[in-house]
Amino acid sequence: MSHSTTTLARIGRIAGIMVLVVAAMVALGPLLWTVTTSLRTPAEAFGNPPQWLPLHPDFSNYSAVFDRIPIGRFFVNSVLVTGLIVAGQTVTCTLSGYAFAMISFPGRSVIFGIFLATMMVPLQTIIIPVFVIIRYLGLSDSPLSLVVSALGSAFGTFLMRQYFMQMPRELGEAARIDGAGHFQTFLMIYAKMAGPAIATLAILNFSGFWAEFYRPLIFLQSQDSFTLPLGLVGLQGNLGTGSISVVLAGVVLAILPSVVLFVFAQRYFIAGITAGASR
Amino acid sequence: MSAVIADVPKTVVKRRSHPAAHGEARFGFAMIALSVLFVAVFTAIPIVASLGLSFFSWDVISSPQYVGLKNYQQLFNDGPVLKSFGVTLGMALAIVVLQLTIGLALAVLVNQRKLVWVRTLFRTAFYLPLLASTAAVSIFMGYLFDYKFGVVNYYLGVLGIPNVAWLTSGFGAASTIVLIAVWQQVGFTFVLFVASLMSVPTDVLEAAQIDGAGPLRTLFRIKVPLISPTILFAAVVALINAMQLFDQPYIMTKGGPGSATTTVTIQMYQKGFQNLQFGYGSAIAIVLLAAILVITGLQFLAARKLVFYQ
Repeated sequence: MSHSTTTLARIGRIAGIMVLVVAAMVALGPLLWTVTTSLRTPAEAFGNPPQWLPLHPDFSNYSAVFDRIPIGRFFVNSVLVTGLIVAGQTVTCTLSGYAFAMISFPGRSVIFGIFLATMMVPLQTIIIPVFVIIRYLGLSDSPLSLVVSALGSAFGTFLMRQYFMQMPRELGEAARIDGAGHFQTFLMIYAKMAGPAIATLAILNFSGFWAEFYRPLIFLQSQDSFTLPLGLVGLQGNLGTGSISVVLAGVVLAILPSVVLFVFAQRYFIAGITAGASR
Repeated sequence: MSAVIADVPKTVVKRRSHPAAHGEARFGFAMIALSVLFVAVFTAIPIVASLGLSFFSWDVISSPQYVGLKNYQQLFNDGPVLKSFGVTLGMALAIVVLQLTIGLALAVLVNQRKLVWVRTLFRTAFYLPLLASTAAVSIFMGYLFDYKFGVVNYYLGVLGIPNVAWLTSGFGAASTIVLIAVWQQVGFTFVLFVASLMSVPTDVLEAAQIDGAGPLRTLFRIKVPLISPTILFAAVVALINAMQLFDQPYIMTKGGPGSATTTVTIQMYQKGFQNLQFGYGSAIAIVLLAAILVITGLQFLAARKLVFYQ
């Protein structure tokens, strides 16, 4: 009896591992295909069977992307937009998260409650008024419109607040007794300790806004102001079916920064997801 | 207890009159000022504005005309828009069910004690699709699911299965977009469930094992109930996301063939930003919000019976 149970358990475990391996292949397959096809010569771009290992990589598609479309421009726009949002939210969310966690002021819970409620509202619901406000601000068709409308974040504030709530108040009190001002205490003690939370917020914002398609589609009209995802979709349309490999080279270039960041900072991505779950 | 209650007003009075408390409040307001400004202008006020705008007819150029409930009357008589709600709901439910089931199954499999060393490896594999933008994913998946040249049909051909009209038939296109959304999003639920399963106390699992519970019984009687709050959270987030499905159908099928993948958000985009019917677009957005709130509410009601809080 016990012998057959262990055999059964072993078979079960091996079957489980096989399911996981197949699932991992399904998850990675399309990405791998994208990379290897971007390395095919234009002549063999359409060829099946698919090439899974880049045995004779041809990097000409990558230079072709730069020749055919202003991908350098898209890249600069994406870096500018994402960088400014990351920097801006780091400031706004760290300040407000600290205040909601550590300082008592009248109306605090009401204002925080409104913040939390806005987190439930989908972007689509507010996009028309936001578009109108952007127009009134004279930012239509400017990459800056993407930045300005993303500088405040209820989720970011919430994330930072959760982190500051765990910090001991005694540290600040000690600093105050030593004569430090409110802001000095915040900056020199608590903000410094909040490094991991700030990293989580910055990394989530980077990968989120780097990949954004919906707002750029609505806010931006001329190709010069396009960000990468928007530019790539345009590239695909312009080239038709002729050069899959060139389009895919652009796709790889667009995805690469997030992947590299993930490899080096996995735990911050995971921390972001699980922090969201514990509200 | 009563002494504490009697104490409260006194401290409040004392703090209000204290200059330091004044300073603290002022500091608090200063600290939240930037966030409040941006969240108010670009989130909170637009919610109210969207509701207000839905009672107007406006093409951005001429001045808005108050039309009362006309936009909503139009909406509930607009066949294509009503159909887009059906399409969205159908696709969203399929996405959520698949994403949760597959995510949970993979998380349970990876969470076996003997697999700890490969956990990071699988986590990376399932997370990577999440990092690609939906635009990029839509582009390469479009090639992979191509009827003639696509890799998917090539391998089906190897197995002797004739070419499938993945993106060129109505049901096929909707199913393909569901599959692609699940492929990309499953890593999110997977990561959540793995973290949650790791917090299930081992002594409970050992006790179950001693009582002779098999792996399936342990899963459904112990693990699933213990992580049910996380499952509810994942279901709510996944559904709110799926109800907003836009990028993949917009890029891959333009809502077609016919209107098979025209989601609510595509309808809203066309009415609002392409036809410049800002009032009507807002009405669609408000009904979408209402639908999401109702469904989320139903999820929480259902969860009252099913979710187990420790």
